[in-house]
Formats: sequence, C-alpha cells, structure tokens
Amino acid sequence: MADHKNHAGHAEEHFREKHLMLDPLPRGQMNDMVMESMHTTSWKFWVVFAILSAIVGYGLFYSWGTMIAEGLGIAGVNRPSYWGIFLVNTVFWIGISHAGTFISAILRVFKAEFRRPFTRAAELMTTFGLVQAGFSVFMHMGRVWLAYWLMPYANQRMLWPNLHSPLTWDLLAITTYLLSSTMYLFLPLIPDLAMARDRSTGWRKTFYKTLALGFRGTEGEWAHLRNAMNIFAFAIIPVMFSVHTIVSWDFAAATRPGWNSSIFGPYFVVGALHSGMGAVIMVLAVVRATMKHMKYFIRPEHFDAIAKLMLIISMAWAYFFFNDYMVQWYGGDKWTHQLLHFHEAGPLGWMWFAMLIFNIAIPWAVLWNQKWRSTPWIVFIVGFFINIGMWFERYIIVPISLSINRMPFTWRMYEPGVEIPLGIGTLAFFILLYMGASKLIPLIPVWEVEEGQMAHELKKFGRETVVSVSELE
Amino acid sequence: MIRPEEIKMSADESGKWGMVIDQDICTGCQACVAACAMENNISFVGEKDSGYGRSMHWIRIERFWEGEYPEVKMTPNQPMLCQQCGSATCEPVCPAFATVHSQAEQLNLQVYNRCVGTRYCANNCPYQVRSFNWRDYERPEPLSNQLNPDVTVRRRGVMEKCTFCIQRIHKAQDKAKSEGREVLDGEFTTACAQACPANAITFGRVDDPESLVSQLAKKRGHGIKHLEELGTLPNVTYFKGG
Repeated sequence: MADHKNHAGHAEEHFREKHLMLDPLPRGQMNDMVMESMHTTSWKFWVVFAILSAIVGYGLFYSWGTMIAEGLGIAGVNRPSYWGIFLVNTVFWIGISHAGTFISAILRVFKAEFRRPFTRAAELMTTFGLVQAGFSVFMHMGRVWLAYWLMPYANQRMLWPNLHSPLTWDLLAITTYLLSSTMYLFLPLIPDLAMARDRSTGWRKTFYKTLALGFRGTEGEWAHLRNAMNIFAFAIIPVMFSVHTIVSWDFAAATRPGWNSSIFGPYFVVGALHSGMGAVIMVLAVVRATMKHMKYFIRPEHFDAIAKLMLIISMAWAYFFFNDYMVQWYGGDKWTHQLLHFHEAGPLGWMWFAMLIFNIAIPWAVLWNQKWRSTPWIVFIVGFFINIGMWFERYIIVPISLSINRMPFTWRMYEPGVEIPLGIGTLAFFILLYMGASKLIPLIPVWEVEEGQMAHELKKFGRETVVSVSELE
Repeated sequence: MIRPEEIKMSADESGKWGMVIDQDICTGCQACVAACAMENNISFVGEKDSGYGRSMHWIRIERFWEGEYPEVKMTPNQPMLCQQCGSATCEPVCPAFATVHSQAEQLNLQVYNRCVGTRYCANNCPYQVRSFNWRDYERPEPLSNQLNPDVTVRRRGVMEKCTFCIQRIHKAQDKAKSEGREVLDGEFTTACAQACPANAITFGRVDDPESLVSQLAKKRGHGIKHLEELGTLPNVTYFKGG
C-alpha cells in the first residue's frame, strides 16, 4: 500500500517538475513574482542598456542623419544593386515579427496549452520587429522626408499613391499588421496591467492605471475581453500570411531573373517563420537566464515544444527552397541560369552554402534529440544560426541577385557602406526596446498562466496519475 | 501576354518618337555621351563613384568581348539608352506615380519632384538605363554656367533617365505651332544624334512612314529591338551586321 502511494507521489512530482500547468502556485505569490521580475534590475542591466543606447545613437540616429544630409552615396547601393542591405533588413525584421503572431495567435486558436507563459514575449517581438522593419525601409528611400507621399491623404492636386505598385500594397499591409498586432498585444495585456496597477505606487501606478483602462475583472469585462481576443486571434492569422506574401511580391512581381517566381509567397512566409521561431527561442533563453523567477515560468518543456516547431518549419523551408530553385533551373532561361550559377559559384558562394548549413543541416542535426532541444543554450545557438542563415538568404535574394541582370555591361558586386552601422543600430534598438519593455510591462501573461493552471488537474485512476484538462471558457 | 501583332502595330502606328541606331557605323567615340551630359545637366560623379557603378549618363556605349582567349573578338559598339518602352516595366512599380507614361509623346517620363527614391523602377528596368542621384554632386565655377536652362537640375535621392530630349521636342512643337505648321522631319534632333559624327543615331517620328527613321528602318530591314521577348515594346531599333 505504502509502495503504491510512493509510486503515485513520484509520478506527481515528476509531472509538477516538468509542466508549469501542473505546478500551480498561489495566485498572489505568482503575481508578486512577476512584479518582482519587473522591479529587480541589476547594474549589469544598466551597463548593457547604456552600451546599446550608444550603439543606437551612433548606428541608427547619427548614421541615418548623415545619410539624409549627404545622400545614399555613403551607403553601398549602386547600379545594378539599387536595393541593398536596407531591404535585406526590412525583410529580415518582418520575418522576425512573424513568429510572434504565429506562436501567439495560431497556438491560441488551436488551444495549445504550452503557449501560455510566452505569448507576450512573442507578441512583443512582433511589434518591436516591425518598428525595425519600418526604420530599415524608410532609410532606404532617397528622399525620406517625402515618405508621406506614399500615404493616401487628401490633397488639392488629387495625387494618390499608385495602387499598381507592390510597394504601395506593402505599405498598406505592413501598416495594417503593425496596428492589428499592437492591438493584439494590448488586449491580453489589460488584465496584467490591472494586476500591476493594484500592486504599484508612484509613477508606475499612474502608468498602469492609464493603460489598464479601468479594468476591474468583472464577469462582463472578461466576456468582452475574451470575445475581442478571440476575434483578433483568428483575424490576425490571414493578415500575417498576407504581409509576408506581399513583401515577397515586391520581388516576385518584378521583371527580373531569379525574382519572378510564383512560389515566393509561401516561401517567404515559411522563411519568416523560420527566422522568427529562432528569434523567439533566443529571446526566451535570454529572458530565462537573466530575469528573476523566470525559471519557474519558462521551462525546458517550452523549449522542447518550440524546437519541435522549428524542426518542422526548417523542413518546410527546405521543401520550398528546393521547389523554387529546382523549377527555376529547369525553366532553362539563360539569365536565370547565370544567376543560379552565380549564387553558388560566384564570389559569395560561401554564403549560399552557409545558408543551407545554417537553415537545414544544423537544425536537422540537433533538434531531433529531445534532450538537446530542451536545453536552452543549445537551442539558443541553433536559433542564432538559423537567423544568420535566414539573413544570408535575404542577402542572396536582394543584392546578390541584383548583381546579375539582362544587361551584362552593368554587372557589378555590391559592397555595403553605412548600411552596416545602420543594420547594427536596428538590432541594438530592438534589444533596447525589449529590455525597456521587460521592466515596464509584465513579460509573463500571469492571468493566462493562472487560467491554465486552474484548468489542469492531476487525477488518479488506481495506480496511474493522469493529466486532465477542462475547458474554462 | 502581349501578342506579336500588337507589338508590330504599336511599333508602326502608336509609337510616336523613336530612334534607329546603326551599330555598324558607330565608332564608339562617346560624343553622344558627352553631348547628352551637356544638354541634360547630368552630374559628374567623379572617378570613384563612376567606377562603382554610379555614373549617371543617360546613354552609354556598351562593348563586350566574345570568345575565349586568344580568339577574342570585340562586339560592335552598342549605345544603350532608355528604350522609351510602349509597355514599360518601370512605370507600374512606382508607388508615387513619379514614373509615368506620356500619352502625347509616347515617352516614359520621370517626374523628378514627385520621386521619393524607392529605386524600384531602376530595379525593374531590364535595360538598366536609369540613373539615381546618389549624392548632391558639386558643379564648381565655372561649370555651373554651362547648365542648360531648359532642363531641371536634380537633387540627391531622385531617379532620372533619358527623355529623348523632351525640351527640344517641345521647343520644336511650339515653334511649329506659332508658324501654323506641323513639325518637319529633321527639323530638330536629340543631343546624342546631333553630336554623332558617324550619323549612327537617327531620331524622328516612327509613326510617319516618310520620316528618315521609318525610311531607314525599311531600308535596313532586319533591325532588332532589345529584350523584345519581355513585351516591353521598345521604341529604339538597332541594326547590326548589315
């Protein structure tokens, strides 16, 4: 009898250790943990913050200011590579922003329980990634001070943006995505802001009070909030797909060898998810390692679950990549042939092979093993390589593919100039925004975790301990 | 997809101004390049930028090697300029309507003061004949005195391209109108054609069967249009090996 009890006890302990949903803490304690994680700031945080601020100041604002004053000549763009790293970074950051919504909305719609502690961390990536994408694309413009001409605003001369241009579609799609993803970030934040409001004093109290919109947690408020979140979770999925498809049309709709591919839409969406998932797992590893109490909320099971998705997406990316290359090569167009050959045998051929190793070989070699993919530092490294690989992919699509065109007289390599500090500046600004946010808003959606823990239960049937989940909504 | 008969129709009838370039008599002297730069206030970008693919000439002379060393042959000189496409790929991609088609002259126009510099048009031009103002290039005294007052000076961040010397077209049309007549063939020509010592470039009305361009096209017979397979309906015809 005692033996049985022990056995059951072990199983229960095992479950608790492994799964956040089965390891409930009192709600008050959990709220305090999240509050404390926001308030606790070591000197290391401020050192990193200061370094990043300096990089942003120089890399982003000073360099961009110089470029506006002197013209794009200080960048590396030329004929024929009229688009350079600016567009590489734009596509890259939109890609990063994709996984946020993917994880949050798709997993919410499918009621995947492991999503609960990290939906917010992912959604924040969407918003901050889009900010960097915006920076990158505006930098690229020759006369950025006239960027408002791309907006459909009423004017006396009846001049409107050209709706035939993929860039106009792009602008509309990204704006829609930025607005809807920000709202989607904000809605599940309201109950947590209200929680923070009730536990703060001083300026923080005013800050949370304003943002919480007077949320008190009544039955009616919850019902409305759930409704709104549900609508947004479903509606934002097609928006997300459309955004990266339209980004791909900037290339696919052009009359250029290598770009004019009908599979670019889904290929870009999957590529975006590939780099985005890598970024999510990197962010989670850093958050877990550096912030207080995060080892309770973010556990190996979460890395395991995301890494499985990464593996699947890596396979999907390989499929689309093969499809795109294979059919373009088979088409036999002489310019496309030149270009594809230039990709792997040109002066930057190493980049093409590195892309394949980072995007396919490394994830496939590592992520099949459950032990490895549950280890934060290992998946951090894999995520890092995937992001480098995906950046290379965009570099191959933009400046390298632009070097080869139908006028061999103009063929020339592209050498980045001020794009490098500008690119590093966007990366630093992304991290800076994220660090700032981690001190201002609860990074863990506490109410969502609490809700999940209420729904989960360990039940004993004879000797067996079984997990049961009830539907709360 | 554009059908072959449409291409023919548009080259014969709808295209108004056009050009014929005889590569067999082109000597590659670059006089057209210089004349174009003078006429159209094109900036001098300097050696360094020019070597990095940032020269802003609206017309360039292309020349290639053919074959393997030591059996190398030079191809005939190929002056390359905006082909003033009837169905231009640069036009639809501009988000600001800075790259527009002129119905009156059947030219591809670039509206400098509407251009915001996305450079999509240049990417999408299969002939790679658009030039971008990468910087504000200086014109030290006395160079500034030779600016053509009929042509806008462009600033940094703006795309520009060959206009078939639209200022000359308009001047000739205005003069003809004031004298109550039509513009005569050969009454004026573009700067590049005017400067060509070998008369390799001929400019005129391609919709007028009596004009010199139409006559030349008929006489030489087998002119080619570059990248015709893309359906861009270019208005420049090249002759080679006649």
